[in-house]
Amino acid sequence: MSTSLRNNQLALSATLAAVLVPTAIALVFFYAPVDEDGLNQKIFYFHVPIALAAYACFGWGAWKGLVHLWKGKPGADLESYVAIHLGVIFGAMTLLTGSLWAKFRWGHWWLWSERQLVLFLVLFLFYSAYFMLRYSVEPGPQRANLCAVYSLFGVVLIPISFLAIRLANQYIHPVAFNRHGPQMAGSQFFTFCVCLAAMLALFAALYQFELAGKRLDARLKELRELLA
Amino acid sequence: MIAARKLGRTFGAKHVIRDLDLDVGRGSFLLLTGPNGSGKTTLLRLIAGLLVPTAGELDVDAPRERIGFLGHEPLVYRELTALENLDLYGRLYRVPQRRERIGMLLERFGLWDARNERADSFSRGMLQRLALCRTLLHDPELLVLDEPFSALDEEGAGLLDRELAELRPTATFVVSTHDPARIDALASQRLAFG
Amino acid sequence: MSTYLADVATLARKDLRLELRVRSVVPSMLLFVVSALVVFHFALPSGSSDLAAKGLLWVAIIFTALLGLTRAFVAEREQRLLDGLLLAPCDRSAIWLAKTVSMLGFLVVAELVALPAFALFFSGIDGATVAGVALANLGICAVGTVLAAMAVAGRARELLLPLLFLPLAIPIVVGGVGASVADEPARYLGFLALYDAVFAIISWASFEYVVTE
Repeated sequence: MSTSLRNNQLALSATLAAVLVPTAIALVFFYAPVDEDGLNQKIFYFHVPIALAAYACFGWGAWKGLVHLWKGKPGADLESYVAIHLGVIFGAMTLLTGSLWAKFRWGHWWLWSERQLVLFLVLFLFYSAYFMLRYSVEPGPQRANLCAVYSLFGVVLIPISFLAIRLANQYIHPVAFNRHGPQMAGSQFFTFCVCLAAMLALFAALYQFELAGKRLDARLKELRELLA
Repeated sequence: MIAARKLGRTFGAKHVIRDLDLDVGRGSFLLLTGPNGSGKTTLLRLIAGLLVPTAGELDVDAPRERIGFLGHEPLVYRELTALENLDLYGRLYRVPQRRERIGMLLERFGLWDARNERADSFSRGMLQRLALCRTLLHDPELLVLDEPFSALDEEGAGLLDRELAELRPTATFVVSTHDPARIDALASQRLAFG
Repeated sequence: MSTYLADVATLARKDLRLELRVRSVVPSMLLFVVSALVVFHFALPSGSSDLAAKGLLWVAIIFTALLGLTRAFVAEREQRLLDGLLLAPCDRSAIWLAKTVSMLGFLVVAELVALPAFALFFSGIDGATVAGVALANLGICAVGTVLAAMAVAGRARELLLPLLFLPLAIPIVVGGVGASVADEPARYLGFLALYDAVFAIISWASFEYVVTE
């Protein structure tokens, strides 16, 4: 893929994010109705989309890992790494916003009964170990393979852990979506969707940005090698 | 039999092999010379299939079960006896008439009397001889040997000389050595590293 | 197919034979698990329920397995013995299966001591717990073998394996503890079987890539 096409993707996703994120924030604070939770409920508009964006990051990372193992495409390992890197950042944000929400709603900074939060804690540990693995092996074909396999294990772990936590807990957790559709009024749902789109756009923009930076680094290294 | 085009291999940031072109025909004997760390071992491991290239192409026209590799490590399990070690490899390589072949090789390399002793009681020279038995066990058509004469005493070296001379007409060889004078007569191709 | 199984049998037999000669892994695991159970006695203040002890049994099993798994590929890497297996025409996944089978053997031997010791120190073991242990063993060994191979490829080997293994062990602990303490163990046993099936398949399929240099 040529650099100009890549630059266009970066420009596009950056613009999208620059438009959607402020829009989402505006909607959350000025448009969406305040419900019985009060101001605290506003965190929900960020917490769940950030969590979903984190899942998207891990899923994308695992997809790129599969592409690396299966097709052997040279850039796939870097793309997988960047996606997972962002996933961990979004995951940390999920834990932060979730903890805030729990504190304001129930008065505790941490609640084992919060399934999503516990799941993210497990995933955070898992993907942090990804970095320990990556930095303990020398760069090369084996490291790329190990990281790709690990990312696939991760994406399988997500539903398995979800089931595990469910089995492990008697829990109380407000369900955002149930079989009859979202338990949200129309305006709330709209705001939620815009927030989700904003978070995904933010992921895409950061992903392209970090990828561009790393590719530039690699190219620079290549050129230095040739000159040496 | 072996064709390399712009072959490259890096370890981390270090280019150990860069832009290597190579052609080795069936029945050739390629001799690799050069100082330590110059890439001889890496090339041998690439040919044997233990490493994958990081750049370029490498085509080796021999299946795994017809390649015999001797590296710096003897690749024998220390707590198993010579016989058990060769039996293990014999099974994995599906060697026909395994017992007879093992017996024959142990005898040719002067290890028959030590066959029931654990490899951890072997001297370096004996380990190298056992490693050679392992390498030749499955009658390979491509022999990839990394400094095969190292650790061998005069007697062992003589046995190896004899083996190489006998196998020369029927197999393809890629051999690295610190002592080129010894086997230069066998070589049909030479590649100097470093 | 028969050559595949023959290769697995050859390699598993080799691992068992080596352990019989060296006797390093299994005795360590036995001693560790009994010591751990004694530590747990001192870790449970009075008033702690039987259930808490049952939970700790699973902690003991996970960490004992971890101890054994840390040794799984060490010789293969230190003396480059894995090269010998990679040169052979056998399927890479057969190496994984053989190692999993032999680790399973070692873990079962350790549990043959651990479970009676637990019954002695704390409280009785019921059928559901044993079934849970049996199912959990499969998952532990399947996943642990792949992760051990990964850890050994890097620098900080012994340090890395627990970091890689523990998050993946959490569902196993949930399944096992659930089977031991819940009223309806069947759900938890079913979950363990699901975990085993899913992770065994991806471990089997991915091992080849893990050992490629």
